[in-house]
Amino acid sequence: MLGYIFKRVLYMIPTLFGMSLISFLIIQLPPGDYLTSMIATMSDSGQAVDPAQIERLKEIYGFDDPFYIQYLKWIWGIVSRGDFGHSFEWNQPVSGLIWGRMGSTLVISLLSLLFVWIVALPIGIYSAVRRHSIGDHVFTFFGFIGLAVPNFILALVLMYFAYRYLGQSVGGLNSPEYAEAPWSLAKVGDFLAHLWIPIIIIGASGTAALIRVLRANLTDELHKPYVITARAKGLPEYKVILKYPVRIALNPFVSAIGWVLPHLVSGVTITAIVLNLPTAGPLLFRALVSQDMYLAGSFILLLSALTLVGMLLSDLLLALLDPRIRFN
Amino acid sequence: MTDPAEDVVLSVENLSIDFRLRTHILHAVENVSFELKRGQTLCLVGESGSGKSVTARSLLQIVDRPGSIVGGRILLRNGSAVTDIARLDPDGQAMRAIRGRRIGLIFQEPMSSLSPVHTIGSQIIEAVRLHSDLDKRAARAKTVELLRQVEIPNPDQMADRYTFEFSGGMRQRAMIATALAGNPDILIADEPTTALDVTTQAEILDLIKRLQVERGMAMLLITHDMGIVAEVADDVAVMRFGRIVERGPVDAIYHEAQHPYTRQLLASTVKLTRHVEGRVPAAAASSQPLQPILSVRNLGKTFGWHGKTSSLRAVDDANFDLYPGENLGIVGESGSGKTTLGRLILRTVEPTTGSVIYRDKDGGEVEVTSLTKKELRGFHREVRLVFQDPFASLNPRMTVKDVIGDPLIVNGLAKGKALEERVAELMRLVGLDPMGMERYPHAFSGGQRQRIGIARALALDPRIIIADEATSALDVSIRSQILDLLLDIKKRLNLSFIFISHDISVVRYFCDRVAVMHRGKIVELGEAEQICTAPQEAYTKSLISAVPNPDPRDKRMLHRHRFVAPVL
Repeated sequence: MLGYIFKRVLYMIPTLFGMSLISFLIIQLPPGDYLTSMIATMSDSGQAVDPAQIERLKEIYGFDDPFYIQYLKWIWGIVSRGDFGHSFEWNQPVSGLIWGRMGSTLVISLLSLLFVWIVALPIGIYSAVRRHSIGDHVFTFFGFIGLAVPNFILALVLMYFAYRYLGQSVGGLNSPEYAEAPWSLAKVGDFLAHLWIPIIIIGASGTAALIRVLRANLTDELHKPYVITARAKGLPEYKVILKYPVRIALNPFVSAIGWVLPHLVSGVTITAIVLNLPTAGPLLFRALVSQDMYLAGSFILLLSALTLVGMLLSDLLLALLDPRIRFN
Repeated sequence: MTDPAEDVVLSVENLSIDFRLRTHILHAVENVSFELKRGQTLCLVGESGSGKSVTARSLLQIVDRPGSIVGGRILLRNGSAVTDIARLDPDGQAMRAIRGRRIGLIFQEPMSSLSPVHTIGSQIIEAVRLHSDLDKRAARAKTVELLRQVEIPNPDQMADRYTFEFSGGMRQRAMIATALAGNPDILIADEPTTALDVTTQAEILDLIKRLQVERGMAMLLITHDMGIVAEVADDVAVMRFGRIVERGPVDAIYHEAQHPYTRQLLASTVKLTRHVEGRVPAAAASSQPLQPILSVRNLGKTFGWHGKTSSLRAVDDANFDLYPGENLGIVGESGSGKTTLGRLILRTVEPTTGSVIYRDKDGGEVEVTSLTKKELRGFHREVRLVFQDPFASLNPRMTVKDVIGDPLIVNGLAKGKALEERVAELMRLVGLDPMGMERYPHAFSGGQRQRIGIARALALDPRIIIADEATSALDVSIRSQILDLLLDIKKRLNLSFIFISHDISVVRYFCDRVAVMHRGKIVELGEAEQICTAPQEAYTKSLISAVPNPDPRDKRMLHRHRFVAPVL
């Protein structure tokens, strides 16, 4: 088992390297660079552009170097001293910008994963065991709404509701008065009060999808002979179902760990913008628009790394859960 | 039944079970009555769909929805106390106390009847603790003891293994141990050996019988195999279309059957215990020595790398000839390499060594192993395959016409009206009404589907047909019909058959010569009659003697030869 984990971690290194290369390449693909987009913005607003200053900036940032030199400089900085480069737009080191955003992204990912599990598991089991009952139809109905309605619309509706009827300040993860304040008990409470909207929104489609998957898997398992064996032993019905078929139908729950993070970053960026969440999605989006290449590249690299870790975790958990995987 | 005998532990009176389907109500079981007596075995016999499994499950109230008991009583006796199971709440405590504790259940699929993600031990310990107040340690000790009773070697270590680490026979033993965990006084065995090899079947039946006698349990054994009934039953009930058509002591059923269905069932079983009558093997009929149509020499297939310990010799140095008009049987247990051998001949699996020489219509010799892809198609036109599973081998989205006509279309031999006529001719040949050619396979029964599969194989006028377990999935009465059909077609079209089967009786009935395979090797090859009555090799002896004999006055299985395979 340890050998397996070691091998998997080892395999992650070339994968990460490839990902960093590809992400850097993609960021470089559009014509121009940060300076050209800055010059365009400046001339649009009627500011004079000093060609000498531009030349100087170009030299400082190394924009005239060929692609691979730029890449190697960047990656060497990361590997040798944890320096992710400089953000042009924010005019500060990328590492200073990125960690706070990554932290909140991780927290929201994990919490919405928990939310998805807690909601989807009982509903999925109920829907499979009482298939075609009224309850199942109701859940199916809401499940399809969750799948079909775009997240950001759901976000707007919930924000309106929270503002209008709960009198809550909405958007972001903190009320304005706490935004710059140091962490305190009151701030944590405020944080939690803000958290439920993004978690529900982000979890909604995942929950709906997982309910469908669990319902389908469990429906297949419920009539397998080993369930009859368990029943014929004299086990109470709830135990028969929870211990045997649910256990086997649980695999997609664990696989969810692998996809929740990339989903949060790429899938719900619009939602995050609407909700004004300090997560990685909106910042990455801005960085890509303004060709702030080191910021964008570092984000993509870190997210890939986290996704790989998530995949590894879900694979290990799967092996733990299902001996058939462990032994093959 | 006013004064039940002392030893009756369970009596079923006028039991009826309905399935409320969307469009109609299906009477799965109607007015069924029988008794189970301490230390005795009742066999419930019937073909698929006769309602025998549903009856068995109703005794535990675990019939799947939408089935429900609509009439009758199931009286479980405990000394003088009598419980009517049919009146208990299926989810109630009283019913659960009966499941496993009073009545144990073993059933067919040893592959899936235990959970794949829990250890064998944990599943048995659970059953032990449900019906006793033993602590974990004592329950485990009892589990190990149970595993020892069902003759699982190293029970202490095996308790911590998972089902997929067990062979089919071992799983069924573990299943029996689970059923015995609550010390039941009634054991229901629903087709306990159907999925097992014949020698494993004999061992499992021995084991069940022994445990039953030791513990004085009453047993309800459900099977479709009249041979098994003769070997183990005390009483027999024959079921058909949800009713018991005849009931009585085993000897009376076998020797003085009253009901025509019982007689028919017995006749089709007994028919398969001898070679088909009035036929002379083709090779013997002709005065001059015949040229074989197919010669297999030193054929072998190794999976994995050569020389490695992990490599598997699926087929090892196979040699035989197939003569024109001959039926050659290949028998063996699962994993013996018989299916691989069939595929090697067709080269759907590439042989590692050896040669296959085919003599075409003009007497020219073709070395099959060196054919190009294109030439192989011509070979496949003359050597066709009939599959085992009549349900999986027909595309459910193609009409019967498409299925049978497919080889003709693929080879560009017929289309339009000519195709239709050819399909109609083929359907008549296999005894199907050509009117059904626009219907889809789901509209046909298992036997009819197998006929469709045979018609498809015949579409290109082949000279050799390789039938891989072609009758294994069929009920016994259908099985003999299909075999007779194949014999009839063979005579009319001058075909040769390679008939691959695990079922000795089918091979004895159908084949002229038989090759016995064991661990990839052909261990014995000879006339069918000689192999089945006077086998020479130790393995063949054990195989033949493990086949249940459908005569309760001659229980062959109980004094069979045992073959201990040499350690490789």
